[in-house]
Amino acid sequence: MKEQNIEELERQFQEKIDNEIKIEPKDWMPDAYRETLIRQISQHAHSEIVGQLPEGNWVTRAPNLRRKAVLLAKIQDEAGHGLYLYSAVETLGADREETIDDLHSGKAKYSSIFNYPSLTWADMGMIGWLVDGAAIMNQVPLCRCSYGPYARAMVRVCKEESFHQRQGYEIVAKLANGTPEQKEMAQESLNRWWWPALMMFGPSDADSKHTEQSMKWKIKRHTNDELRQMFVDVTVPQAEHIGLKVPDNDLKFNEETGHYDFGEINWDEFWQVVKGYGPCNKERVDARRKAKEEGMWIREAANAYAEKRAKRNKKAS
Amino acid sequence: MSKKEWPLWEVFIRSKQGLSHKHAGSLRAADAEMAINNARDVYTRRSEGVSIWVVESDKVTASDPSEAGPLFEPSNSKAYRHPTFYEVPEGVKHM
Repeated sequence: MKEQNIEELERQFQEKIDNEIKIEPKDWMPDAYRETLIRQISQHAHSEIVGQLPEGNWVTRAPNLRRKAVLLAKIQDEAGHGLYLYSAVETLGADREETIDDLHSGKAKYSSIFNYPSLTWADMGMIGWLVDGAAIMNQVPLCRCSYGPYARAMVRVCKEESFHQRQGYEIVAKLANGTPEQKEMAQESLNRWWWPALMMFGPSDADSKHTEQSMKWKIKRHTNDELRQMFVDVTVPQAEHIGLKVPDNDLKFNEETGHYDFGEINWDEFWQVVKGYGPCNKERVDARRKAKEEGMWIREAANAYAEKRAKRNKKAS
Repeated sequence: MSKKEWPLWEVFIRSKQGLSHKHAGSLRAADAEMAINNARDVYTRRSEGVSIWVVESDKVTASDPSEAGPLFEPSNSKAYRHPTFYEVPEGVKHM
């Protein structure tokens, strides 16, 4: 394609974006837009799948049948979310198995929050309340993302995610209103998860290399720091409501701005975990790799069965 | 034994009797029956459907978006196909 043609196509593309016209799979798009989406959506898909692991840890130890059924339903939802997102990646021409293999080789990232261990039952509550809460804060604006298949996947995900957050808050609230030991368990869990939850919004705006372009393309609608502030503003009163203390001595409501001021995030820890040195990075990727390798026979058996059935149907007709 | 990947399927769901099937998304499955079962698990976990269609994605023929202009142009110039094109005298009812 001639160079001025590409320039013209890029101009028309940006004009569509500026006019809030969605981009659909077969439409022309700049290579960098396609690559950005493949990277972001596949990371998002990996996060949903890896996110099942810390919760899977507690299925057999859920305190009663109701909690167990709920936890199983939530984990099944996460698998579904991963699938919607892998399907969205495929519409961009990416190979699904390659993107999954990139996770297994360590080339692709996923949300760092899942590199922290789930040590107590209170963590199941904290993951739903804080981790899914932060995810919702991120995902609601993505429902208006400029790429149609990603936006549509997000609409489904957000609808399902709100049950996740509420069931998590219910667990935490129940513990916080329980015996002193139960309340202590909830507080200890909040102490561990609060800061990693804030890190879920990514590096601060000054250090975020993708934000500016992604905002121009309307893949992102808010910066990392804006979303983080929104999360703090809605979550702090929820903690106060059930008598838990957010572990931040600098946290204070600012009457002037109408927002909470909060302390500095430990960015060294953030980058350490991103780079693979968190408490559970190796365990998580090993578990995913093992699932693929040891589950491969099922895929092969399903193929063999499908072939056999097709042959039999042919004979019968 | 074959190493081939499961093919991609497009999933269409009828949300209730009286409505048409609508595209819900896609998934991978070894054959049509498995695609229906997977679609049930993935797209109707909250009673979103009463009927499922699955179609192998590569069986779908789509119009070319870069040709959308000329393809749909003929209808753009025919405003007389819409009821608002016509003048009806003031006071005439039920029309």
